[in-house]
Amino acid sequence: MSDTHAQTVSFVRDTMLPAATPPVREAGAIKWLRENLFSGPVNTILTLLGFAIVWFLIATFWDWFAHSVWNAGSLAECRQIIAATWGESARGACWAVIRDRWNQYVFGFYPMDLYWRPTMTFGLLMVALAPVLFSASRTIRRTVLAITAVLTLWAMVVLGAPAGWLAFAAAVLIGGFLISERHVLWLLPFSIVYPLLGVWFLWGGSLWGPIFVLVGPLLGWIAWTLVSRIAPMLGVVAAILVTVLFWLLYAGDAAADAERLLSLSIQTVRSDRFGGFLLSVTIGVAGIALSLPLGIILALARQSDMFLVKTLSVIFIEFIRGVPLITLLFVASLLLNYFLPPGTSFDIILRVIIMVTIFAAAYMAEVIRGGLAALPKGQYEAADALGLDYWKAQRLIILPQALKISIPGIVSTFIGMFKDTTLVTFVGLYDPLKSMSDAVRASTDWKGIYWEPYIFVGAIFFLICFGMSRYSMYLERRLQRDHR
Amino acid sequence: MTKTVFLGTVAAVALTTGAALAQEGSTLQQVQQRDELNCGVNTGLVGFAAPDASGNWTGFDIALCRAVAAAVLGDPNKVRFVPTTGQTRFTALSSGEVDVLARNSTWTFSRDTDLALDFVGVNYYDGQGFMVNRELGVTSAKELDGATVCIQTGTTTELNLADYFRANNLSYTPVNIDSNAEGEQQYMAGACDAYTTDVSGLAATRAAFADPENHIILPEIISKEPLGPAVRHGDNNWGDIVRWTLNALVAAEEYGVTSRNLEELVRSSTNPEVQRLLGTTDDLGAMLGLDAEWARRAILAGGNYGEIFAANIGEQTPIGLARGLNAQWTQGGLLYAPPFR
Repeated sequence: MSDTHAQTVSFVRDTMLPAATPPVREAGAIKWLRENLFSGPVNTILTLLGFAIVWFLIATFWDWFAHSVWNAGSLAECRQIIAATWGESARGACWAVIRDRWNQYVFGFYPMDLYWRPTMTFGLLMVALAPVLFSASRTIRRTVLAITAVLTLWAMVVLGAPAGWLAFAAAVLIGGFLISERHVLWLLPFSIVYPLLGVWFLWGGSLWGPIFVLVGPLLGWIAWTLVSRIAPMLGVVAAILVTVLFWLLYAGDAAADAERLLSLSIQTVRSDRFGGFLLSVTIGVAGIALSLPLGIILALARQSDMFLVKTLSVIFIEFIRGVPLITLLFVASLLLNYFLPPGTSFDIILRVIIMVTIFAAAYMAEVIRGGLAALPKGQYEAADALGLDYWKAQRLIILPQALKISIPGIVSTFIGMFKDTTLVTFVGLYDPLKSMSDAVRASTDWKGIYWEPYIFVGAIFFLICFGMSRYSMYLERRLQRDHR
Repeated sequence: MTKTVFLGTVAAVALTTGAALAQEGSTLQQVQQRDELNCGVNTGLVGFAAPDASGNWTGFDIALCRAVAAAVLGDPNKVRFVPTTGQTRFTALSSGEVDVLARNSTWTFSRDTDLALDFVGVNYYDGQGFMVNRELGVTSAKELDGATVCIQTGTTTELNLADYFRANNLSYTPVNIDSNAEGEQQYMAGACDAYTTDVSGLAATRAAFADPENHIILPEIISKEPLGPAVRHGDNNWGDIVRWTLNALVAAEEYGVTSRNLEELVRSSTNPEVQRLLGTTDDLGAMLGLDAEWARRAILAGGNYGEIFAANIGEQTPIGLARGLNAQWTQGGLLYAPPFR
C-alpha cells in the first residue's frame, strides 16, 4: 500500500517552507485577550462588566485619593488645606491622622520610651522562627534574617533603645544569622526559650520568673531519669508531678527571693497599656503557636480508640465550635470575675489568649482530622507492619503526611484567628480596627474622620494575612512529593 | 471516706472564699492599699473621655476620676482608667474590676435597683434630641412624620424614640447604626433625614462637620438623661466619698472657689461654708474617713465644676456646649450641692 502512494505523487518538495508569521488573531496580546477575556459572548459581557465596575470605582474614589493630605494637626486643618489647594468643594483623604497617631495604632498605650522593647521582641521572633519556618531554603532564610536584623537594629536606634540592649539585640540577631549559616537547627534551643523571653521583654518585671518557669521542666527531667531506673512506667508521671508542683509551690517564692538577692528587673508594663497591632500580633502569635499543637493532640484524641479520650475530645471540639468566639471572650472578661475570688487579678490578655487558643484549636483539630482521614489505610497498616509503636507511627509516618495535606486548612484557620483578634474590642481592649479608631475619633482634633483609619488598618491586616497565605503556598510546593 | 474528702474540700473552698471576701474589706481600704483608683471610663467619647496622642486621658468624666483620686490618695494621677464598653461597664463595676464608674451612664430606676448600682449624683444633665439638615426645612421634631431616623441600637435612645413618636402619633423608619462614627457617616451620606442621640453628642458631632452651619439641632428634648458616676451597692462609705467629691466640685463653683484662688481662700475666707469645705474649720474629712484637706485636693485636681466644664466641653472648646441645665441653681440650672455642715 505504501509504495502506491509514493508513485502517484509527481512532485515532492525538498526544502522547508519559511516559517510564516502566525495570524494576527493567534499571536501576542490579541491572542491573550481573546483567550482570557473575550473567549465567548458570556465572558465578553462579564469582562466588559468588570471593566465598567473598576472604572466606576476609580472614577468615584480617584479624586479622594489624589487629594491626600499628610501634614495636618486636625481634621479641620486637613479640610482647610484641601479647600485651599484643590478648591472649595473638593474632597480628599486626611492621612494626617495616621501620621499623628501611628504610634497608638502600632503600640497602643505602651510607654513611649519603651517602644524599642516590642520592636526587639518582634525582631528576635524572626530568629526564633528561623529553624521552624525557614529551615529548608538557605536563600530565603538569609534574606529574612538579614532584613530583620537591619530593620530591627535601625528601628531600635531610632526609638532610642539603651546601648546595652542594642548590643544584646545585635548579638542575638547577628549570632542567630551566623549560627543559621552553619547549622540552622542549632537555633532550636533559642526557639524554645523565646516564648519566656518574649513575655519578659513585653511585660517586663523580673527575669527570675521566666528562669524559674524553665527550672520546673528541668527538675521534671531529673525526676524522670531517677524514677525511670526504678519504675519505667512511673517516670512520666513523676516528671509531670514534679514540674507542676514546683511551679505551683516554689517557683513564685523562689523568684521573689532570687530577685531580692540579685535584681534582674526591667520596667513592668501592664496589660492595659497594650493596644493596636502590638495587641493583635501578641494574641495572634501566641494563639497560633499554642493552637497548632493543641489541635494536633485533639485531632489524634478524636481518632483514638480509647473511649474516654475520644468522648472528651469530641465534647470539647463540638462545644467550642458551637459557641461564637465573642461569647467565649465575654466569659473570659466578665464571667470569670465572678468565679475567681475577689482581688485575684488574672491578666486579661492571658485570658483572651487562652480563649482564642482553644477556639482556634477546636477548628484546627477538625482540619487535621480531615488530613488524617485522607491518608490511605495502607499507611497506618504499613506503620504497624514495621513494628512502630503508636507515637513513633504518628511522628514518622502519619502526621507528616496528614499535616502536609492539611496545610491550606491550617493556614486558613491561622488567618481567620488573626483577624478575629479584632473582636477583643468587645471586652474593652484596644484592637487596632475599632477601639483604637474610636479612641482616635474621640479626640476633638480627629472627630468626624471615618474611612482613613479603616483603610490603613485594613491594608496592614491584608499585608500580614497575604504573607501567611503566600508562605503556605510556598510550603505546599516545597513539601510536594507526588508527581502530578 | 470520699464523702468526707468532698465535704472537707467544700468547707475549705467556702473558708477561703469567705476569707477572701472578708479581706476585701471596704473599697476605701482597698484603694488606699493599692495606692491607685480604678476608674471605669468610656473607650472614647468626645469631651467626656479620650486618650490623647501620648496616651493621657482627658475629658469631663476623667476629671471626676482624678478629683476622687486626689481626695482619697492625694494625687490626681494615681488613677488607672479602665476602658469599658456599653456591654461590659456595669459588670466591671459589680465584679470589682473598677471602684467607680464615670462613664456617661444614665441614672435610671432599673440600673439603680436591679443592677445593684448606686448612682451617687449627676455630673451632666443630658437629654435626647434630633439633628437635621437645614435644607429639610424642619424646625420642630413634631414635623418629622415619616422621616428616616439614624439610631444607635442597644441604648436607651431607641426606646425614647419609639415612645416619643408613638405619643405624638408620628411614624418613622429607623436606620440602625452601631456607633457614633457610623451614625455621622450615614447621616452625612443622606441615609437618614434625622440623627438622634444625646444633645451633647449631637453638638460634638455637628462641631466636627465640614459645614456645621447647614445642620440644626431641633429644640425638642425628648428624654431625661441624667449622667452620673456610679459605685457598687453595699459600701455606703465609698459611695459617700464619691458623692461628696462631686458635691465639693459643684459647691466650690457656687461659692466661687477655683483652683486659682483656693490657696488664698484657705487663708482669708470668712465664709463659714467655704471654711468647712476647705477644711480650715470643722474636720468634715474625718467623717468620710479622709483627712481635712480632701476637698482642697479634689478642687485643685482640675478646678471646680465650672472650670472642668469650661475646659472640656464648654463654649470655648470645639464642642461648644452651653451650660443650660448644668448651670448652678442660682443661675437657673439644676446643679444644687447640699450644704457642707
